[in-house]
Amino acid sequence: MIVAVTAKGPELSSEVDPRFGRAAYIVFIDTDTGDVEVLDNRKNAEALRGAGIQTASTVAERGAKALVTGHCGPNAFEVLKSAGIKVANQSGGTVKSALDAFLDDKLQIMEKADVEGNS
Amino acid sequence: MKELIVLSGKGGAGKTSLCAAFACLAKDAVLADCDVDAADLHILLEPFVEWEEPFSGGLEARIREDQCIQCGDCREACRFGAITEDFHVDPVSCEGCGVCSWVCPVEAVELTVRQSGILYVSRTRVGPMVHARLGIAEENSGKLVAEVRRRARVVAEEAGRTLILADGPPGLGCPVISSVTGADGVILVAEPTVSGFHDLARLAELVQDHFHIPTLVVINKWDLHEELTRRMETFCAERNILMAGHIPYDLVMVKSMIQKKTVVEYGEGPVVQEIRNIWHRVESWMSLGNGGQDDSSPMRKGIP
Amino acid sequence: MIIAIASGKGGTGKTTLATAMAGVLGAGGQLLDCDVEEPNAHLFLNPRISESRRVTVPVPRIDESKCTYCRKCQEVCRFNALVVLPGHVLVFDQLCHGCGGCVRRCPERCITEGEREIGFVEKGLAGDLEWVQGRLRIGEAMAPPLIREVKKEMSPGKTVLIDAPPGTSCPVIASVQGSDFVILVTEPTPFGRHDLKLAIDAVRVLGIPCGVVLNRADMGDRGTHELCSVEGIPVLLEIPHDRKTAENYASGGLITDVHPEYKDSFVSLADDIRRRIFQERRRRTA
Repeated sequence: MIVAVTAKGPELSSEVDPRFGRAAYIVFIDTDTGDVEVLDNRKNAEALRGAGIQTASTVAERGAKALVTGHCGPNAFEVLKSAGIKVANQSGGTVKSALDAFLDDKLQIMEKADVEGNS
Repeated sequence: MKELIVLSGKGGAGKTSLCAAFACLAKDAVLADCDVDAADLHILLEPFVEWEEPFSGGLEARIREDQCIQCGDCREACRFGAITEDFHVDPVSCEGCGVCSWVCPVEAVELTVRQSGILYVSRTRVGPMVHARLGIAEENSGKLVAEVRRRARVVAEEAGRTLILADGPPGLGCPVISSVTGADGVILVAEPTVSGFHDLARLAELVQDHFHIPTLVVINKWDLHEELTRRMETFCAERNILMAGHIPYDLVMVKSMIQKKTVVEYGEGPVVQEIRNIWHRVESWMSLGNGGQDDSSPMRKGIP
Repeated sequence: MIIAIASGKGGTGKTTLATAMAGVLGAGGQLLDCDVEEPNAHLFLNPRISESRRVTVPVPRIDESKCTYCRKCQEVCRFNALVVLPGHVLVFDQLCHGCGGCVRRCPERCITEGEREIGFVEKGLAGDLEWVQGRLRIGEAMAPPLIREVKKEMSPGKTVLIDAPPGTSCPVIASVQGSDFVILVTEPTPFGRHDLKLAIDAVRVLGIPCGVVLNRADMGDRGTHELCSVEGIPVLLEIPHDRKTAENYASGGLITDVHPEYKDSFVSLADDIRRRIFQERRRRTA
């Protein structure tokens, strides 16, 4: 399956970006094939509002089944939930460590948004 | 790291003056001026700008005159009346929806990202400060406010400071919402006036009921109307808003501002004394984890 | 004539002036409270409300029985209000600006427009004065559409006073646009002056003549007079500070209750503005 992780840089060794909608990069890892794709999300910063929605839509389009991020607003969460994507909570560490923690079931799965929008 | 924001609803209650005074008394703070529409905190704190960057948000349409065939489809489609009779886009009315560019048969409309403001990172005599300026007629969506806060957090981390003290925007709309989400505490500055009470009630509803943020109140110019002050205190007690203090009506607040000094730098006196007490209580409240309300609570009850 | 009363900074006395002028105009006047986030003119005028109506903005409604999930509506939307997922379209009403782009774009024509309530317009009488206000739902972002609805209630033939919100962002522009004159209320302090400059720039962008009313005029410095002189903006009236006025305002009273002698000044102010509007019209047609 494809797992998405929000990141401050485009590598597996990059630090996790705690924000979702305005995260600098989204790293997609296909756990079956080991393929890694990186989305540069920085231009999404132009959106005045709804950045989370935009990013969530992109994550869904790429076929991700799970997302690991620090915080997620209510609109973005609604999109992810409607698309059947599990959202797991991790704020620190690297993309690789976040992915491993998720696969080891060590992370808390979010039941609802934990921040209001616009953060 | 904790984030404290000072709000007041309508302007003129003394929010910025108080925030600047707190900035002087706080030893470990980064300041964030979230009033991006009419920022005033810098007038008292005289920041030295170390970094500035343009802030963009939304789009703006422009019609290429040499390609325009003046068919009028764009004018008919625009719901905001933003295209003039001679086929120019009025940037004040343009909302950046892009419908004009979709309907144009000759692709004469270009959409560009609009620069809607500037963000500054500065240093002041009381600590680092992040502030911004929103352009005229720009949508104050809260995004620039969010960016000011985000940058303040980065600056605080880098400087090893543990408190972000934010001067909040006026009103109740998106900018205020953007300034309180995720904050650790709100200080409401209220005046004992009919409109001040009205705004206090609406703000309390927003901050407490919608966002569940621990709230303190300071009643400024309390002796202008003792009866209203008492009623506001009762209201706050019923709502679990802790009373941080009462400041008497005193021209020293204006006099110090005219000298471009914060009131605590201007001299001593009952106002400054009360502000020091208030800040002391705020600091205790923050370190008690905000929930600590027992008999040893330093919070004031009732008018002095 | 339409006179907007604005200020860069809040708390300078905009509503004090607007309600006092409205009071002296009486039957010849109309007050439109366009500070829709926090309308408070009613606290001073105590109008009897005769009418209240909902104001809505259009939002997209998708008939999913006809939808092919082609995603063209999502592509055209600049505000991230639409997300097309496999088999389901999500609409985020509160982000929609009502531009109608999705309706136009949909190749299956399966998008119609529903309504989203943003607030209310209320009308009434305060004595002989016609009063109108807009009240935005708490947490609502879309102020300009509500402000435009308030302005639609303008009565022809009356002197219309528009109480604008503070600042210079788009709700202020929406309130002030189309006026014949803008009064900028300020105080002679560094804060007041700084925000006055922003407000002057905003009004210049709109090309509307303006003048300054200096409130609490004796509590400050000369800097504001100097600024006005440099900018070529007349100072139309100075209102002195006094504690009685502040206390009376705190109780919801009009400034003219405590200082009935000011009524003449407000009448003169209105006449002065009328003359200036006339001069400006003559200058433009010349």
